[in-house]
Amino acid sequence: MNEPDPTRQSRLIYMDHSATTPTHPDVVAAMLPYFTERFGNPSSLYTLAGISRKAVAEARGRVARALGASPSEVFFTAGGTESDNWAIKGVALANRHRGTHIITTAIEHHAVLHTCRYLETQGFSVTYLPVDRYGIVDPDTVREAVTDETVLISVMTANNEVGTIQPIEEIGRIAQDAEVYFHTDAVQAIGFVPIDVDAMRIDLLSLSAHKFSGPKGIGALYIRDGVNIDTFIHGGAQESARRAGTENLPGIVGLGAAIERATSDIAAHSRRIADMRDRLLAGILADIPATYVNGHPVLRLPGNVNVSFAGIDGEALLMLLDAEGICCSTGSACTSGSELPSHVLMACGVDPALARASIRFSLGEMTTAEDIDTVLSVLPETVRRLRALSPVKI
Amino acid sequence: MYNDIVMDHFQHPRNGGEITDADAVVEVGSPECGDTTKIYLTIRDNRIEDVKFQTLGCAAAIASSSMATEMIKGKTLEEAWKLTNRQVSDALGGLPEKKLHCSVLAEGAIREAINQYRKNMGLEPWTE
Repeated sequence: MNEPDPTRQSRLIYMDHSATTPTHPDVVAAMLPYFTERFGNPSSLYTLAGISRKAVAEARGRVARALGASPSEVFFTAGGTESDNWAIKGVALANRHRGTHIITTAIEHHAVLHTCRYLETQGFSVTYLPVDRYGIVDPDTVREAVTDETVLISVMTANNEVGTIQPIEEIGRIAQDAEVYFHTDAVQAIGFVPIDVDAMRIDLLSLSAHKFSGPKGIGALYIRDGVNIDTFIHGGAQESARRAGTENLPGIVGLGAAIERATSDIAAHSRRIADMRDRLLAGILADIPATYVNGHPVLRLPGNVNVSFAGIDGEALLMLLDAEGICCSTGSACTSGSELPSHVLMACGVDPALARASIRFSLGEMTTAEDIDTVLSVLPETVRRLRALSPVKI
Repeated sequence: MYNDIVMDHFQHPRNGGEITDADAVVEVGSPECGDTTKIYLTIRDNRIEDVKFQTLGCAAAIASSSMATEMIKGKTLEEAWKLTNRQVSDALGGLPEKKLHCSVLAEGAIREAINQYRKNMGLEPWTE
């Protein structure tokens, strides 16, 4: 049986750009020759392979330029999760002789949190810093958490659920003063938050192409020259013998093309999306009573709307919106029956009943003014239906 | 994620709402996931003449309440008491494994409502 193809629905409204984005046709076009004619293994010696090597070098240069880094500091990985794993485990293990303490936050992506939990089983201690009700990490708490044993501070640039943007530059300065390596998971931030690894004093940075109209399965880890880090994937001599495995050539080319597009005019792109986001949020707050905004009012990603509608379940709302062709997400899916609501919302001190009532719309390149109109015409009635069915009176 | 029967009952729930002069009204919650279901029963001659529900929960929880109330409508209290969450999920054509617990709430709420009615009538509550 053929699965229905929701993208063929003329009225598909995609508001889940924080989950993933479609690969832009220009990016696909740049990638295509590297599947077919220019397929040579960059490690081989003939001319065909040289074409591949050149493409990898060009893509590395594009990623470096987007970060204010030098190409020799950019290492391709399979995506954000691998980059986070490599950065944290690699630095922790390589610097074990200096200390076994890591500082991170309670709202990191699971790729960071679960990696830290694993390291706790291997003799490391981890401080999970709290955030305020808006999801902001207080830099003073970072400074106070540093001990003689601290080898790494890992704080995400922008949060995936509530979109809060952290004071990265301040935290970078604290890390530099304390002579502790600073890693940031910038997976959600690329294309929205201008990155300059020197100005922000970032030692390691994770990014993933599919969050900014690039392909899935390709990412990068920026490693500042001189950072002491272990190899994570052992094998051949690819990536200066620091990340083995035959290069994902089309993916690397796609990442290069996508990051150049995404960072060419961050201000204009962000403004266009933020204008639509502001209109969506204003409309929601005007038309739906007992709505609570999660995250920071200003210091947030331009495409992020995270709200809780008292008295309903976020997943039920998501399913009803899906039936209307609207794609969004909830951090609070009740799956096992014992699963807690979103760790991010809980860390922000959101009431558990409101945490489960949360829904995230993440706007992006695909979003149009008509999409906002449609969501604003559908959402109030959908919430009203669920509230009418709910025993909880608001 | 859900089959067509579940989606139908979720999107078009049967018996959703309130009964103002119900013979029994109970609200039960799941301490595990925070789902809450309220059941209203109108009982005549030992039969469930009318039933309504309100549920705060995911699609599986709402569909389970809808199906469970359909299954006990017009039944005797003895028949309604015997309804199990397995029968409800079977009638729904099956629920995803991780969502099975969502159907427990309807069964529990119906039994509590029946016992509330029995207590109101001065009868011993049923235990099994």
